[in-house]
Amino acid sequence: MSNLLDLLVAGLATGAIYAIVAVGFTLLWQTSQTINFAQGEFVMLPAFLMLAAMQAGAPFWLAILIGILLSMLLLGLGFKMLLVDPMLRHGVLPLAIATMALAIGIKEAVKQFWSAEASPFPSIVPTGDISILGRPVALQSIGVLALAILAVLALTTLLNRTSIGHQMQAAAQNPTVAKIIGVPVERMILFTFLINAFLVALASVLITPIYLAKFSSGEVLGQAAFIAAIVGGFNQVRGAIAGGLLIGVVDNLAAAYVSTQYRAAVPLILLIAVILLRPQGMFGRPEERTV
Amino acid sequence: MKPVFLASALLATIMTTAAFGQGAPIKLANVAELSGGGATVGTNWKNGIDLAIEEINAKGGVLGRKLEVTHADSQSNPGVARAQVQKALDAEPYVLLGPGYSGSVKVTAPLAAEAGITQIMGGEAAELTQSGNRFLFRTSFGQQSSMPKVAKYINDDLKAKSVAIVWVNNDFGKGGRDVITKEFAKYNIKVAADISTEAGQADFAADVSKIKAAAPEAVFIYVNEEESARILKELKRQGITVPLMGETTLVGQKVIELAGDAANGARGHVGLTTDAPVELIKAFRDKFVKKYNYVPDHNGLKGWLAIYMIKATTEKMGKVDSKGFADALHGFTITAAKEPGILMDATFDANGDIDRQGFLAEVVEGKQVIKQVLPKLNN
Repeated sequence: MSNLLDLLVAGLATGAIYAIVAVGFTLLWQTSQTINFAQGEFVMLPAFLMLAAMQAGAPFWLAILIGILLSMLLLGLGFKMLLVDPMLRHGVLPLAIATMALAIGIKEAVKQFWSAEASPFPSIVPTGDISILGRPVALQSIGVLALAILAVLALTTLLNRTSIGHQMQAAAQNPTVAKIIGVPVERMILFTFLINAFLVALASVLITPIYLAKFSSGEVLGQAAFIAAIVGGFNQVRGAIAGGLLIGVVDNLAAAYVSTQYRAAVPLILLIAVILLRPQGMFGRPEERTV
Repeated sequence: MKPVFLASALLATIMTTAAFGQGAPIKLANVAELSGGGATVGTNWKNGIDLAIEEINAKGGVLGRKLEVTHADSQSNPGVARAQVQKALDAEPYVLLGPGYSGSVKVTAPLAAEAGITQIMGGEAAELTQSGNRFLFRTSFGQQSSMPKVAKYINDDLKAKSVAIVWVNNDFGKGGRDVITKEFAKYNIKVAADISTEAGQADFAADVSKIKAAAPEAVFIYVNEEESARILKELKRQGITVPLMGETTLVGQKVIELAGDAANGARGHVGLTTDAPVELIKAFRDKFVKKYNYVPDHNGLKGWLAIYMIKATTEKMGKVDSKGFADALHGFTITAAKEPGILMDATFDANGDIDRQGFLAEVVEGKQVIKQVLPKLNN
């Protein structure tokens, strides 16, 4: 039982990070039909931007700030203007392929300009334990989970309780009508790219102390978040959150109770089951498209 | 003016010839893990090679001939390693260096043997030198040499009778796990948990939970450097306090750098370490740090030693003879008194295994501290 509690807490902590990254997937899909296969690398890159800032002499908190700002500039504004906008007019598939190329480009650039070796990354959450139900639970897991939940709550509040959030939702649901009623659709789409860039930078701060800063660390993360977004529902933020948490927990339980070797297969089996039984995902809504 | 110019050119030629004899450079080929999961291994190995070659060439080369090396990246992938080794062998090198991963050595060794080229490598899996390949040589202990010492230490010093084994599911990890399991049986040490992990694994929360549930008296960790750092952090995160024992891959410099505080208390048998209380190793460490600005792990030492094995063996033969190289190295004892570059006396047996003194290390306050010096098995 105590083992199960440890596994659930660790799974939820990792799952919360998957959820943050998966939310980015759904945001970009809803507003601009962008499937970003470089999302994992988007999580990997900010850690190196922060490490570079620290190497230049910045304290950790300032490095985080610089990393987030640079991330929003490069992975938000730059990504939209230089890759998404020119490619989207050619269709969803060419854009998806372009993001695959971008993923390779980012990985190789980090390998060349930084190192192929892993680098340590400081933790924003202190180490140590706290007692839950009389059991010591790692403070780092709780901290990561709490920060991730805070980020998701802030995002849902922004989307559901503010004028900008309503405009973003309107732009996502029907851009033509949104434009007619005066919503600055282009600006709203840009906001979603900036929010995605902020989220991946936050995920980077949370996951890199555990995974270490390495050019290839985005591969696993990108795949897990993509599966989470599909399992939860690619067109619903709450679906991506649920999918992320579920994948995190399932992955940990599979490693403990099924087999470490087959742990990577279990989320994929879950994905296949969802596609067969509920193609729109657990919380997604069916979409109809004219061919 | 013209005669003066000709005389100068002649003098320059004579001086160059005096410095490097009359032969062409001796060509070596290195295939190593320069990217991918084994990048730490391959980069250190390569830097050690380059440093040794630079030093030897600065002193006049081997038998008056310069050493030259080409480096190829195996991407830590046995398939790529095999292709790169085939390409390297096509260029007919004097000796083949690398790879460092046992799995890559396993698939490339038959190619080098078929070509009759000696291969000096970094792999540690026990089986590598047990297949009758007379062209294959180690730069460090094989698992059959190191694991008995680890098991003895766990039994005699840690007095642990129940141990969890964590190993990486590749040739290196499986080889180590098989040998240590047999050694534990000799001491009646129970394997409390037998946990297989994957190369490149990032999340060890579930594995550590399994260890916690098994409540062992010690944990034996046998995974590569980056994974060692990750599992050490997770062990600390989940509050595991029993002794952590391993091999060089648990207490190396890179692991200490990556794991930070979590590495403190980890112990391991190390065949090679730059923290060894040996003056020649300290001098090597200083030279390496001066050139590369970081402290090398054991792989840097292995790369360096591979080159000095070539130098000593070639000088013993008195000629550059690729085909006779392996025979000359079998049964050869290279002494540090005669060849300081070898750092510690080393003997190479008929299988290509190495015998020399080793160490038991512990990480104390972020530094590897040598606790015991273990002598050569056969003096």
